[in-house]
Amino acid sequence: MSDDLHTDPAGGHGHDEIEPVRTGELETRFRDPGLPAHIYRRSDIDPRAAKRREREVAALFGLSTLGTLLFIVAFFVIKPTDASGSEMLSRVGLSTKLLGLGLGLALFCIGAGAIHWAKTLMPDDEIVAVRKPMRSSDEDRAGAIEAMKEGAAGAGLGRRKLIRNSLVGALAPLGLLAIIPLRDLGPLPGDSLEHTAWKAGKRLMSDPAGHPIKPEDMEIGGVVHVLPEGIENSEHPLNDEAKATAIVIRLAPEDLDNQRPDRKGWDVSGIVCYSKVCTHVGCPVGLYEQQTHHLLCPCHQSTFDVTRNCEVIFGPAHRPLPQLKLTTDSDGYLVAAQDFQEPVGPSFWERGN
Amino acid sequence: MTAAPRRVLAALSRQRRRKVAPFLLLLMCLGLTGGAYAAFAPSPQAAAATGVSAQSIKDGRALFRLNCASCHGLNAEGSSDAPPLVGVGAAAVDFQVGTGRMPAAADGPQIEKKRVEFTPEEVAALAAYVASLGPGPAIPDAEALDYADANAAQGGAIYRTNCAMCHNSAGVGGALTHGKFAASLEGVSAKHMYEAMLTGPQSMPVFGDGTMKPADKREIINYLKTIQAQPSPGGAGLGKLGPVSEGAVGWLFGLGSLIGAAVWLGAKAR
Repeated sequence: MSDDLHTDPAGGHGHDEIEPVRTGELETRFRDPGLPAHIYRRSDIDPRAAKRREREVAALFGLSTLGTLLFIVAFFVIKPTDASGSEMLSRVGLSTKLLGLGLGLALFCIGAGAIHWAKTLMPDDEIVAVRKPMRSSDEDRAGAIEAMKEGAAGAGLGRRKLIRNSLVGALAPLGLLAIIPLRDLGPLPGDSLEHTAWKAGKRLMSDPAGHPIKPEDMEIGGVVHVLPEGIENSEHPLNDEAKATAIVIRLAPEDLDNQRPDRKGWDVSGIVCYSKVCTHVGCPVGLYEQQTHHLLCPCHQSTFDVTRNCEVIFGPAHRPLPQLKLTTDSDGYLVAAQDFQEPVGPSFWERGN
Repeated sequence: MTAAPRRVLAALSRQRRRKVAPFLLLLMCLGLTGGAYAAFAPSPQAAAATGVSAQSIKDGRALFRLNCASCHGLNAEGSSDAPPLVGVGAAAVDFQVGTGRMPAAADGPQIEKKRVEFTPEEVAALAAYVASLGPGPAIPDAEALDYADANAAQGGAIYRTNCAMCHNSAGVGGALTHGKFAASLEGVSAKHMYEAMLTGPQSMPVFGDGTMKPADKREIINYLKTIQAQPSPGGAGLGKLGPVSEGAVGWLFGLGSLIGAAVWLGAKAR
C-alpha cells in the first residue's frame, strides 16, 4: 500500500496498517544516486608529489623521535633540586617546558604522521560495505533460551531456600549504602547562622597580625581587617572566622551625618565596624575606596556606602552589611558592644527576608 | 610626684609669702608642662626635617606656588578642585610627586602615574615645604625601608588579608568602581610602597603605623619584592590576572586547536 506512505502518520492510521516496505518498492521511488566520481589526489597522479608526501610523513615520525630524545635529555640534564630559590624555580619552569614539549612532539607527531600517511598515500577508493543482518539465526535463538532455562534449573533457586533468602538479605540492605552517607548533610545548623563569635567585650584583633586596636591608632581613612580575640582557640576556628570576619574603618566625623538614627553611638569616634561577608553570596567585601567611602565586593561588584550604614548602592546584594556596635574597654582597646544583631552573610531559607 | 619636686614645693610653700614665689611656681609648672610635651609629643616634623634646611623649605614654597598653588591654593589650603595639603606630611608629597601623579595632567576618575616632572632635590624641597605646614607622616628613612630581613611569608599573609582584594594576589592591580583602579605594584620602589601605605593616596585607605606596624610594612614589601623577583615556573604569567586570562587562553587556543585538529582529520586530502 504505497499510498500510505504519503499520509500523515498521526492521521489516524494504526501502525499495523502500514505494511513493511520491501526493497523492490524503494527502488521504484528513490533512485540510488551511486557514489560520486572519485577525485584523485595529487599523490595518486604525480609520483613526485607522492614522494614529497612520503618525506613529510617521515619528517613527522622523525620529529617524534627528536621529541623523545628531547624528553630524555631534558630529564637527565635539568636538575631543579640542585639549585635553590629563584634559580630552582627557573629550572622547574625550563624542565616542565622541555619535558612537555618533548612529550608533546613525541606523541603528537606519531599520530599526525600516521594520519597524514593514511590520508595522502594509502588507498582512498570509495568502497560500499553492505551491513550484515543483526538477527541471529532461529537455531541460535532457541539454543540461547534453552541454555537460560537449563542454568536456572541448575541454580535451583526454588529448591535452595537458604541461599535465596540470604541473597535477598544481602541485596535488600544494599540500598542503605546510597542513603547512609546523606547523614553528612546534617546535622541542621540550628541557630548557628544567627550569631557569630563576637560578644560584648570581645577585643577587635587585626587580621592576621593579631594586634588589639586603640581608637587613637587609627587615622581617618584607615582600615583594619579584624577578628574577635581568641577565635583561633574556638572549636571550629575556620567556621567561626568565616562568620565573624569584619572590617573596621575610621571615617571623618562629618561622614557619619547620614547614618541611620538608630545606629547613633554604634561607632567609637568615627570608627565603624561592618561584617565582611557579602549579603549576596558571601564573598569577603574588602575593597574600600577611601575618597568615596564605597565598600566593594570583588565577586559581583556589590557596592555598599559606608557613610549610610553600608546600604547597597550597586550590584546584586540585597541587604546592607550587618554593623557591629563598638565601644572601648577599660584599657582603651576597641571591643564589640554586642554580637551582630542579624545573621551575617547571604540569605538562607529560615532567615525569612 | 618624685621626692625632689616635692621638696622644692615644700620649700616654696614655706616661703610663699615672698613675692617671687608665685612667679617661681608658675615658671616651674610651665617648664614642666613644656618639657613633658616636648618629651612625649610625636614629632614627625622633626623626623622630616632631618637634613632639611630652611633654604629647601623656601625653595619648596617657590616651587609650590608655581606648580601646585593653582589647585591646592597659595597656602595649600585647598580648593574645590583639590584637597588642602596642611598636615598630609612629606611622605604624601614624596609619593604623589615622586611617582609623577602630581602635578595632575587632567581631571579624571583617577590621577595616573606618569613621567616625574621634578628632580629628586625639587621633590625633597616640595616635601619639606608641605611638611612645614603641619605635622604629618614623614618620608621613611633607610632604616624603615630595610626590608631585606623581613619575614616575606608573614608579609604574604598580611598582604592577602589587607591588600590582595584590590591589588591582586600577585600585585598586578585591579579594577575599582567608575573607572578607578588599584595600581600595579610591579616596579614600584620600596619607599613609594611604604609611603602609599602610610598616607593612603586617592582611593587607597590609610594603613598607619598604629594599626600596621613598620615591621608589618617591611614584611609586605619584602613579600612583593620576592614574588616580583621570582620567575614564573608555570610558563607565561598571562598578566597574572588569574582565571580570566588563563580561561581565555584555555578556551580560545586550547579548544581552538582541538577544533582545528578535528577539521584536519575530517578533511579529504587532495
